[in-house]
Amino acid sequence: MPMRALAAFIKKEFLHIFRDKRSLLVIFCMPIALVMIFGVVISTEIHHAKIAIVDLSDKVRSQQLIEKINSSGYFQTVAYLHSTLNLEEVFRAQNIRLAILIPPHFSKNVENNASSTLQLIADGSDLNAATTLIGNASNIIQEFAQETSVALRAPPPFRVLPRMHYNPEQKDVFMFIPGILALVLMIVSAMMTSITLVREKEFGTWRLLSSTPLPSMVIIVGKLIPYFLLSAINSCLILALATSVFGMPIHGSLWGLLGVCFLFILTSLSLGIFISSITNTQQAAILASMVGLFLPTTFLSGFIFPVENMPAWLQPIAHIVPAKWFIEAMKLMMLKGATLHSVLKQIYVLTGMAVLLLAISMRRSRKQAT
Amino acid sequence: MSALSIQAHQLSKTFGHFVAVKDLSLEVQPGEIFGFLGANGAGKTTAMRMLCGLLKPSFGHAMVAGFNIATQTEQVKKNIGYMSQKFSIYDDLTLKENIQLFSTIYGLKSAQTQERMKQLASQFGLENKLKSLVSTLPLGWKQKLAFSLAIIHQPRIVFLDEPTSGVDPITRRQFWEMISDTAKAGTTVFVSTHYMDEAEYCDRVSIMVDGQIQVLDTPQKIREQFSAPTMDDVFSLLARKKP
Repeated sequence: MPMRALAAFIKKEFLHIFRDKRSLLVIFCMPIALVMIFGVVISTEIHHAKIAIVDLSDKVRSQQLIEKINSSGYFQTVAYLHSTLNLEEVFRAQNIRLAILIPPHFSKNVENNASSTLQLIADGSDLNAATTLIGNASNIIQEFAQETSVALRAPPPFRVLPRMHYNPEQKDVFMFIPGILALVLMIVSAMMTSITLVREKEFGTWRLLSSTPLPSMVIIVGKLIPYFLLSAINSCLILALATSVFGMPIHGSLWGLLGVCFLFILTSLSLGIFISSITNTQQAAILASMVGLFLPTTFLSGFIFPVENMPAWLQPIAHIVPAKWFIEAMKLMMLKGATLHSVLKQIYVLTGMAVLLLAISMRRSRKQAT
Repeated sequence: MSALSIQAHQLSKTFGHFVAVKDLSLEVQPGEIFGFLGANGAGKTTAMRMLCGLLKPSFGHAMVAGFNIATQTEQVKKNIGYMSQKFSIYDDLTLKENIQLFSTIYGLKSAQTQERMKQLASQFGLENKLKSLVSTLPLGWKQKLAFSLAIIHQPRIVFLDEPTSGVDPITRRQFWEMISDTAKAGTTVFVSTHYMDEAEYCDRVSIMVDGQIQVLDTPQKIREQFSAPTMDDVFSLLARKKP
């Protein structure tokens, strides 16, 4: 391979990238923006939800419980009531999400170690939020029950101790980071590569290059190296953000993790080459990337919706989405501390996809040449 | 090795049932300006792409710069320059960067590149524009640059695919002066055009109609043969003749 020509070609490719403000924006600002949006703005964790407490007991123990609820950080009590009469009005007027009903004799029952039943009334018009709030409230009440029974030296009949293994704090951002990484690498590696390759076709420079003795392999490799480097930088950037800002753990080996990222970049690059081989204009390439890459990467990869919950006919489609395998491997390695050896299946699938896509696009471009 | 620059024998190209080029035979001498005339869609570009080693012929064979276009494409490409229809060059690079890129692709050393750049810049008056982005230049300058890139490596033959389409008459005339200077320096020029009046600048021309060469001679002899005052009239006669 003529190395000087390759180096000149790579330099030219970087000039294209750095002189185009839009591509700079996509390559360097978008990843950070995406991580921030998913990490900070979009969150199913709810803090300081407005609630009402109906205290029908109004004694020491119930006040202790209320204090515990208020200091948890999950809730902000905006109304204290002593009867349920006005509850409906409070729901409407103060826009509360949850009401906690403490029954009469609660305090006495606690002292006597007898059982009492509390009622949680949630605003079911936002079902996801309601479920989360009920979960949070139940946890606090359970904890309170255990604490008081310990304080009273009476052993509770039994306890349930739920724990979210691998994500004890139940942080959403841990679920999103692998997906964001997949999305960003898809955009930079697959979409940008396909656009720049198709641009050469559209502007006729591809024909000019093919009239020179430069082997077409140099053109392809010269296109891929810059985008590989940029994608690799992006992977490191996103992982650094994930660990430093959001405290995401990397339980597996960092090198193994980066290795899987680089493999996924290669798969995305071959997707980009494939898209450029089936399109002739930049617009068509963008459209093909949107439909063929982003929709599946966002909705079918397990990024937002778990693959297991999809209807049976959709699952096989999800299995041909490269990002699905990448996200799987990333979650295993980052959260469960899996070694490269235990994600071999994902590695094989991603490698296979890259080889297949490259083979198809090479066949196609050879056909076009004759 | 043949002393001829281009030697084609019954070169044909079919796409499915469509015959784009049929039995193209011609010989071009070194240093000659050969005009390859024909209407749009007559098969000029297809023929030219075959001669440049970009497209495999369906039948027939041709030697360019002494190399077989079907089997020695790399040797062919090293010895020719090619300027495509749309002056395709990189808009977001400067003239200098374009020149450096293509001279490196053609394997010129950096000292050679510097020297060629100086030479071409002064020859075509590009000195003050070397550091400008191509996108900021008018079409005439792009055309000059595209031509400079095609001859940067001093090829034995340069193929120009409709190099004057879309350019104003004054720029066209200037461009033909550049072509004629290049030919005088020993480079064979194979130029396609659909402007019939440009035939007068060529040593010899061929006129292609529907994939076949109808006439091939010096402009003067062709006009005499058809007893027509201009090449345009010759072309009209040829076009009318077809069924």
